[in-house]
Amino acid sequence: MTDHSRAAGESRGTPYAPHTPEATAAMLSAVGADSEDELFDVPESVAFDGELGIEARSERAARRHVEGLLSRNDDLTEFLGRGHYDHYVPAVVDDLASRSEFLTSYTQYQPEIAQGFLQALFEYQSMLVELTGLDVANCSMYDAATALGEAATLSQRVRSVSGDRVLVPERLREGKRAVLENYADGPGVQVETYPTDDANADVEGLEAALDDDVAMVYAENPTVRGTIEERLGEIGDLADDYDALFCLGIDPVALALLEEPASVGADVVVGEADTLGVPAAYGTGHGLFVTREEYLRQVPGRLVGAAADDSGRRAYTLTLQTREQHIRRERATSNICTNQAWLALRTAIHAAWLGPDGLLDLAESCVTEARDLAERFDAVDGVRAPVHDRHHFREFVARTDRPAEAVRADLAEAGYAVHAVGEHEVQVCVTETAADDADGLVAAFEEVA
Amino acid sequence: MHYSQARWTDDEERYEPLLSEKDTTAVSTDDSPLPDDLTRDSLELPALSEPELARHYTRLSQTNYGVDSGPFPLGSCTMKYNPKFTEALAGDSRAALHPDRPEETAQGTLAVMHRLQDYLGRIGGMDAVSLQPPAGAAGEFAGILVAKAYHEANGDDGRSEVIVPDSAHGTNFASAAMAGYDVVELASDDDGRMDLDALEAAVGDETAALMLTNPNTLGLFERDIEAIADVVHDAGGLLYYDGANLNALLGRARPGDMGFDVMHFNLHKTFATPHGGGGPGAGPIGVTEELAEFLPAPQVRERDGEDGYELSEPERSIGKVHGFQGNWQVLLRAYGYVARLGDEGLRDTSAKAVLNANYLAEQVDFEVPFGPFHHEFVASAGDRDAADVAKRMLDYGVHPPTTKWPEIVPEALMTEPTEAESKRTLDQLADAFDAVAAEDDETLADAPESTAARRIDQVAAAREPRLSWHALE
Repeated sequence: MTDHSRAAGESRGTPYAPHTPEATAAMLSAVGADSEDELFDVPESVAFDGELGIEARSERAARRHVEGLLSRNDDLTEFLGRGHYDHYVPAVVDDLASRSEFLTSYTQYQPEIAQGFLQALFEYQSMLVELTGLDVANCSMYDAATALGEAATLSQRVRSVSGDRVLVPERLREGKRAVLENYADGPGVQVETYPTDDANADVEGLEAALDDDVAMVYAENPTVRGTIEERLGEIGDLADDYDALFCLGIDPVALALLEEPASVGADVVVGEADTLGVPAAYGTGHGLFVTREEYLRQVPGRLVGAAADDSGRRAYTLTLQTREQHIRRERATSNICTNQAWLALRTAIHAAWLGPDGLLDLAESCVTEARDLAERFDAVDGVRAPVHDRHHFREFVARTDRPAEAVRADLAEAGYAVHAVGEHEVQVCVTETAADDADGLVAAFEEVA
Repeated sequence: MHYSQARWTDDEERYEPLLSEKDTTAVSTDDSPLPDDLTRDSLELPALSEPELARHYTRLSQTNYGVDSGPFPLGSCTMKYNPKFTEALAGDSRAALHPDRPEETAQGTLAVMHRLQDYLGRIGGMDAVSLQPPAGAAGEFAGILVAKAYHEANGDDGRSEVIVPDSAHGTNFASAAMAGYDVVELASDDDGRMDLDALEAAVGDETAALMLTNPNTLGLFERDIEAIADVVHDAGGLLYYDGANLNALLGRARPGDMGFDVMHFNLHKTFATPHGGGGPGAGPIGVTEELAEFLPAPQVRERDGEDGYELSEPERSIGKVHGFQGNWQVLLRAYGYVARLGDEGLRDTSAKAVLNANYLAEQVDFEVPFGPFHHEFVASAGDRDAADVAKRMLDYGVHPPTTKWPEIVPEALMTEPTEAESKRTLDQLADAFDAVAAEDDETLADAPESTAARRIDQVAAAREPRLSWHALE
């Protein structure tokens, strides 16, 4: 029944400890103990001698068990976005990133033996610098929401005059707002909103909300409703006027095509870097964080720098670790230790595989696929799409005569997932992974809308 | 055991060239479907063929060291073997869902999450678990926010301090500070454990929580844990368990039984998911019943009156610490691991981890103060520089221990072999320690010689930061 060798009648142990009974006996003898239990220095009053009640399984059985659970997931074609996007990840990413020298390594505290990962992270940072036009990219954070939280606390630390307000668009994914609130809570940052107009930033409304107490202004491009911002340069100028940082939320695919953050005055760029290299993963992501050189010593998380070794040759190392928790403790720029490094490796491989042509093609398809699908939705009776008279990226909102929740549920019944985002509004996201199923979605929509 | 790491050089100056040094191309966005004023002008990035990339990243992997390369006794990081079958689970296409999937269509994913919540609760002796925090430090942050919300809900909002022992992980200090607390550092006792008198003197009306790992970073079990819990609770504070060292206690002792109110689990440590060069990990938190209503959202619960599961928001939830549901693929791997091991496997994991640490501590020539140990021990390099010792160990094909921390032990070498090493490997490890101890200072200062890079000048790298290939031009 078991799939690793063990003497008959012996109790099951972990299959991942290589100890033979003879070795165990010899080791116990060396440390002067009669049994392993004797080594535990746990007072009897807090020792646990009950059963956890977790069944042990062979590898085959464990795998069947988990696969059995996963098979309860319905096979649904997803047209879902709003911050988590599914792009096709080439097989070469899975293959190369899964090399165990990468996968089973740790944070590169001994750089001499970890040059490969360090160079890959240096290349990741470099590509984000190229995409944003800013100077300093860290090598991955948890996700876009926590990166935004870190940006807000950074803005409070670096601002030359006092002021604790950060302004975010009133239309922001709820989860992002909730995380930001938690990061803001400790240092006493106030999260407030500025109005949006037809999904985009209402620049005049923003101007009215600005004053000398604002430490940061946040905008996203594209917005949570998939629209492309048209007045980012003005937002950057306004933030500048009030000595506030301008933080822009974006992702690497959008960066290939849309205005370069540096050219619109962005001081910090945050977002989900996982649009490259990570398939749909129930929200597993990794955050990007890029900023200007002047804020270098306030950057959260890991940074890889080029260095030289004793023989004078180029090498790479984690650097500026005096910002980090293991050195600076309560005065660190953030508490980040384990982050999302392996996903940053995947993003780097995917970006390099696409190259500039491939990345730009992918970004352009995000505009055209969404535009074409919105037109087809608009042709359906009782539907208007896109609701917002804007350019779109990956996703758009459609107005339905029927209640959106009923439309969403009926579509799920027919095998398609879309978001319900208002009483009569559904949001649809289309990337190349779902584009082939667009005919089916439109046909189903004609039935249920 | 000797070692020689791959070293790829195209010329004298470099190792494997950067992608940008191989081939870079600029493309224009002029033909894009958007008006010019909404687009960037051009995009310049590496442009390599797939065969060239395969070779580049394969070469990089060959200049990198992981658990599958050799022993990795990095203290407090629990670098144990990562079973391969859990990788297969993580790659299952049925697990690749969007987080906004309707719940009724994601029952498999929710079932795994619900079972993992349940299992972690049993292992930790906790009443409720949230899987959302994406790393251990994120779990600490979430746990401290839960403690803060609890105090505030009780109208007890004058508590402004979190107490942390000097041997604690740096994340404890940083997480408490991020949540807005003043950090009170507590010096350890002469035996390396918490000084109960110092604790009694430190706690008071301002104490929100004490953060503690048990066994601590010296590998020592805090035997007075019940008294510690009483002191903190009597003062109205909460007890936070840093789960970084839980590998020593699986199925043998539970934080909840020791009096801890809130804890995090490091799935990438105790539950064998790969560390991935620094992530992703996952840091679920567990709490007692009194704190359950404050947990981050979403949690997975059974649907009332019908089969299946749903996402729910605890009544007075602190909100979220991750934009979505945390690092799902890590949760899935960890669930597979627990489902494989079961009670006996978990208990045996700790037995072998503790046996290995004690055996290795017995074998090395360096002085090992304090004891008895659980999963790790801290040797002192004495009058040798621990960093030099570590660099020389690389030449023996060993990833060195954590160095110079905790500072209680001079020139510390914090060593955690985990359960995954055989007696034979531990003997080789001890030989490596002893061989280095016997070498002269000059040899140590010149090390390493067998790795892809020789000793790297990290001070110079920090003085003149060059953080992208643009900075090298």
